[in-house]
Amino acid sequence: MNSVLGIILKRLALGLLTLLIVSLVIFCAVELLPGDFAEAILGQGATPEAVAAIREQLGLDKPLVYRYLSWLGSAATGDFGISFAQLNFLEFGGQGAGNVITVADQIRPRFFNTLFLAAVAAAIAVPLSLAIGILAALFRNSIFDRVANVATLTSISSPEFFVAYILILFLAVLNPILPSLSNIYADMTFIQRLTSTLLPALVLTLVVTAHMMRMTRAAIINLLASPYIEMARLKGLSQTRVIVVHALPNALAPIINVIALNLAYLVTGVVVVEVVFVYPGVGQLFVDSVKIRDIPLVQACCLIFAAAYILLNLLADVMSILSNPRLRHPK
Amino acid sequence: MSNSLVKVRNLHIEGRADETWLPIVNGVDLDLERGKVLGLIGESGAGKSTIGLAAMGFTRDGCRISGGTVEFDGIDLTKASTAVKRSLLGKRIAYVAQSAAASFNPAHKLMDQHTEAPVYHGVSSRKDSEADGIELYRKLRLPNPEQIGFRYPHQVSGGQLQRAMTAMAMSCRPDLIIFDEPTTALDVTTQIEVLASIRDIVEQFGTAAIYITHDLAVVAQMADDIKVLLKGDEVEQADTRTMLSNPQQEYTKSLWAVRSFQRPQKPTAPTSETPLVTVRDVTAAYGNDLVPVLFGVDFNIHKGRTVAVVGESGSGKSTVARCITGLLPPKKGAIEFNGVALPASYKKRSKNQLRQVQMIYQMADTALNPRVRIKDIIGRPVEFYSGLTGSARDERVAALLEQIELEPSLYMERRPTELSGGQKQRIGIARALAAEPEFIICDEVTSALDQLVAEGILRLLAKLQDELDLAYMFITHDLATVRAIADEVVVMKEGKVVEAGPKDVVFSPPHHPYTDLLLSSVPEMDPDWLTRLLEERGLENLGDAAIARINS
Repeated sequence: MNSVLGIILKRLALGLLTLLIVSLVIFCAVELLPGDFAEAILGQGATPEAVAAIREQLGLDKPLVYRYLSWLGSAATGDFGISFAQLNFLEFGGQGAGNVITVADQIRPRFFNTLFLAAVAAAIAVPLSLAIGILAALFRNSIFDRVANVATLTSISSPEFFVAYILILFLAVLNPILPSLSNIYADMTFIQRLTSTLLPALVLTLVVTAHMMRMTRAAIINLLASPYIEMARLKGLSQTRVIVVHALPNALAPIINVIALNLAYLVTGVVVVEVVFVYPGVGQLFVDSVKIRDIPLVQACCLIFAAAYILLNLLADVMSILSNPRLRHPK
Repeated sequence: MSNSLVKVRNLHIEGRADETWLPIVNGVDLDLERGKVLGLIGESGAGKSTIGLAAMGFTRDGCRISGGTVEFDGIDLTKASTAVKRSLLGKRIAYVAQSAAASFNPAHKLMDQHTEAPVYHGVSSRKDSEADGIELYRKLRLPNPEQIGFRYPHQVSGGQLQRAMTAMAMSCRPDLIIFDEPTTALDVTTQIEVLASIRDIVEQFGTAAIYITHDLAVVAQMADDIKVLLKGDEVEQADTRTMLSNPQQEYTKSLWAVRSFQRPQKPTAPTSETPLVTVRDVTAAYGNDLVPVLFGVDFNIHKGRTVAVVGESGSGKSTVARCITGLLPPKKGAIEFNGVALPASYKKRSKNQLRQVQMIYQMADTALNPRVRIKDIIGRPVEFYSGLTGSARDERVAALLEQIELEPSLYMERRPTELSGGQKQRIGIARALAAEPEFIICDEVTSALDQLVAEGILRLLAKLQDELDLAYMFITHDLATVRAIADEVVVMKEGKVVEAGPKDVVFSPPHHPYTDLLLSSVPEMDPDWLTRLLEERGLENLGDAAIARINS
């Protein structure tokens, strides 16, 4: 088991390194955004003095390296700073500094919502695509296989917002089964929350299923020519047993990787779907904060997205390593 | 109850290639009685495996049974439904594949795979089948029979896996087992152990078997009757002794005669002569491994001589070749050429030094780039080493093709995929000759070829040696090949040279115990050979056990 632990630790270290590089990229990219917060907020009244004052107050006049390191340092301890927009708002409202809302406070409920949506979508999409993939491999080149392929390809090829509006039309307007807007508030019951999340989750399911299903199918079919599959057939086993018991366990590594990639997409790529359904997730917060150049918020969102991506891929790596019996049970 | 178990009549099988169906088997008949063993023998492409699988009512993807009947115990498998066939497969007909390492599912433990068929077909409960499995492992003399079933395939050695697969085939006590080249991938010392186990258990349970192989000596030990096949046609069939002593057909006789090729041994070079190549006290390891794979390997190769390096898989034969070519710089020791040490790494060798050492590989299929024309495969080293270009280069390539007995006008423009296995290997030889070397390393160059083709290659190499005064280092695990062409023999085991010297000395007693084990493990054409050997050596002194005894 030591070798497995070693590999996992190595991957973990690499993941952290990647995250560090990504943080640098994010910081530089945000720096490159045209305009700055001070000018954006002052609008017409942006006199050089006022701009300079605000910049000084926010620390924007400090050198780049200093700002990066101090941001990185506090981000490492979980402190993403205070949103510029919130700062301003507080000052205008004349409230004390006692109950400042930090970026972390702002993101936390949103992030939870995003995770919830991703979890619902994944709970539908992963079993569904695995099942369709296995069935397609089982009945390969049959009508079922072709229909499944065409249907999933169609859904992945259509823009998300289009799929979203079609679903709204059929499931919310013509047959009012589900709400077309996802109102999420704090004290909803689980069922209520699920109901209002279901429609965006269905859209996401349609978007990610094709990829996972096709990989499942391909990974299994790839193995069907191997001698141990022939052996299983020559034992008189049913086709289902051959595929589920003999092919699937050996096809896991590529399937896990594609699933992880799609789960990462569910967390980070849902902006359009969130906007269509007015779903209060991180994606929408992100878009809003970019609009007003709210740098701490933008950076925090980016970093969370990157971390989610890296973490899920790391998880996929580890799981596909563990799916290999040679590594689980060394000689 | 009739005694006939399998009755195949006028079997035709076709395979799909380039959108058309081509015949693979043309009307073969086959009869097998209960408890008998039939050997199917032939070269690659003879349709042995295809017929073996068809006897189970099974065809590989892209093949179909296009005519004839396959009756198993009165049931015509060509017309039987999938459900009927599934109820027979695994339960009454079992299969033992060529490579157990590839045919055991890497994701499941041996015992889970062993008990799968009996439980699935309702022959016995998981618990009973497990107990039976342990009993079978014991009968097959697997080490640690109680525990070995609970390992994964990659944790068990090749010879043991092959026996575990035989046990698995026995799990439902079938009426018929198809053995498809079960020992071809094994070393000789391991092969003997598997052969003994298979024969033993087939006799014990009175199981009928079809034994498919290309090795005559092996089939002679195993089969009651032998059927010879050639390109999907039956050549002849007879009982084993008749077939061996009195083959009727020309083709069968030619198969039998292959092993008679023998090249006279050249006299030993005088000790005063500087050897062409000296491997001096070489110790080598892969990567940063602390444990070396070669330990102080030391031998000479003289001009115009053939030195055979013999040993089983893992003995370090190919690693020596990698050290000589400079692909793997040794940790200690040196490679000398004409008494001058070569730089350890090929990267530091001059063009002339590189030219001197050429290599021919085992798998011509993978050693030749399938996208490149023959004239460029051979032309590239011609250009690189001799600096010839244009028509001078083409002339040289044509001369080389003539040397390897291929008509230049026919082959210059072809690609490797348009050649047979033997022709590809000839191109590999021509590519080595293109550098005009004095020394060529032949790494198992005939082991992937059929016997008749292999003999052709050996004759060609011998002819070239006489014409060009080449020295060969001939790496092989096949002692028949060594007997045929070697002048000197180096026997290797676990990275060490255990014995070295002129062929006649090494091959005549007294031997080093390992050389003795190797030599005595090579199957002979005598059908009583295995029985006699087992009596001489005893059942407990085979394969792994015998090697352990030498080591102790």
